[in-house]
Amino acid sequence: MLLTAADWQAVWLTLKLATLVTMLLLLIGTPLAWWLARTRSVWRGPVSALVALPLVLPPTVLGFYLLLALGPNGPLGQLTQTLGLGLLPFSFSGLVLASLLYSLPFVVQPVQNAIEAMGERPLEVAATLGAGPWDRFFTVVLPQAKPGLLTAAVLGFAHTVGEFGVVLMIGGNIPGETRVISVQIYDHVEALSYAQAHSLSLMMLLFSFVVLLLMYSLNRHSRLNFSMSRP
Amino acid sequence: MFRLHRYGKAPLAFIGMLLSSLLLSCLLVPSQAIAAEVMVAVASNFTAPMKDIAARFQQHSGHRLVMAFGSSGKFTAQIHNGAPFEVFLSADQAKPEALIRAGFASADSRFTYALGRLALWTTTPDVDVRAQLHSGQFRKLALANPRLAPYGAAAQQTLAALALTDSVATRQVMGENIAQTWQFVSSGNAQLGFVALSQVMSGGHINNGSVWIVPDTLYQPIRQDAVLLKKGELKKGEPNPAARAFLAFLQSAEVTELIRGYGYHRE
Repeated sequence: MLLTAADWQAVWLTLKLATLVTMLLLLIGTPLAWWLARTRSVWRGPVSALVALPLVLPPTVLGFYLLLALGPNGPLGQLTQTLGLGLLPFSFSGLVLASLLYSLPFVVQPVQNAIEAMGERPLEVAATLGAGPWDRFFTVVLPQAKPGLLTAAVLGFAHTVGEFGVVLMIGGNIPGETRVISVQIYDHVEALSYAQAHSLSLMMLLFSFVVLLLMYSLNRHSRLNFSMSRP
Repeated sequence: MFRLHRYGKAPLAFIGMLLSSLLLSCLLVPSQAIAAEVMVAVASNFTAPMKDIAARFQQHSGHRLVMAFGSSGKFTAQIHNGAPFEVFLSADQAKPEALIRAGFASADSRFTYALGRLALWTTTPDVDVRAQLHSGQFRKLALANPRLAPYGAAAQQTLAALALTDSVATRQVMGENIAQTWQFVSSGNAQLGFVALSQVMSGGHINNGSVWIVPDTLYQPIRQDAVLLKKGELKKGEPNPAARAFLAFLQSAEVTELIRGYGYHRE
């Protein structure tokens, strides 16, 4: 492997981004999944659709709207400026925000499926035994949904590592700030430096394969495939 | 993707319908039926004039141009790997030369169709853009990636000539091509940007905002070459008539006049 210092910088940045995004997504996504799995609100449909949007939208669409919305004339850009945060495009924080949206369904759906698969019964039993709602969430739901959470974390992480279109739209290709692995590979390919592109690409390929392999082996051991919903 | 089967067979039926209608539309419009079509790959900076040129060419000749706009680097890689383009309008000279060396383009068809010019642009009207660059009163300066785009390289040379390379280093953002660079400025995310003059000028006038046309002495000339690709030849050395007509039209006085309005020079 012939990785340059710039390549390693991109690798490090990507890992930092994916780790941070995965942790934030588990924090945000788990309550959201819990709510989606249990609610009978009329908002369930619209919220589910919103969460799943990044699955079907081309990343460039998401990136383009983020660029406009986060820009100085966009509503979010005006908000961040008022809050003294400045503008988010071309910054690491901007990438974190974009990745949260982009990888949200990959975290919410496995957790939601795990909670739905669990059914009402364990919760009813826990309630009969006198467990309050919070108690039920932490001592029943979370342990039962563990394989789902694991799948969610792995998918969220891997999907953020593989993010490209959105980053290209709002990143601005700044070394150490927004130049992640996928953008670095793209630069190598565009500049016709295929040898360098190969080193990084091969690394990504192996990484993705190992991650998926791990996930599927873990899921098999728990004897439940939580990446698919159960009836 | 996780929950599809929950909805039973309805999505499958829908997808089936979609696929069959797509298939049907392909059968109804065979692409071979329209003979005089030329597939042209065009560097992003030449997008606006090219649309104008295509309309006129179609009017004059009856031939139709099928155009793809993008970065020259990407087109070069695609042509190496069998892309169906017949004519390539690059943003530089190096890529057509490389294609000729690799046997994907014919050497005697190559000519310089335009000399690109660099402009420093902001969307704010009536400001001295050059003074703004020197004073550092901006948050971000956009330029095309110098490694990939000739206009990016020209921007880098300009900054070096003005001794500003170090002072803007932390505030420069890079577009993957000149179109994205334009978009960074246009959306207001970068206050200043080095773009192609053709992106902010038409009919000899600046479209909006303020522009400093960078003097030609500050950067190496941006010679943009056109070349006939092997896919545009019926057999060796014999271009498809529509491609030949287009290359001739591209060198006409009418086109010279037209692209000057977009800020290009001609040799």
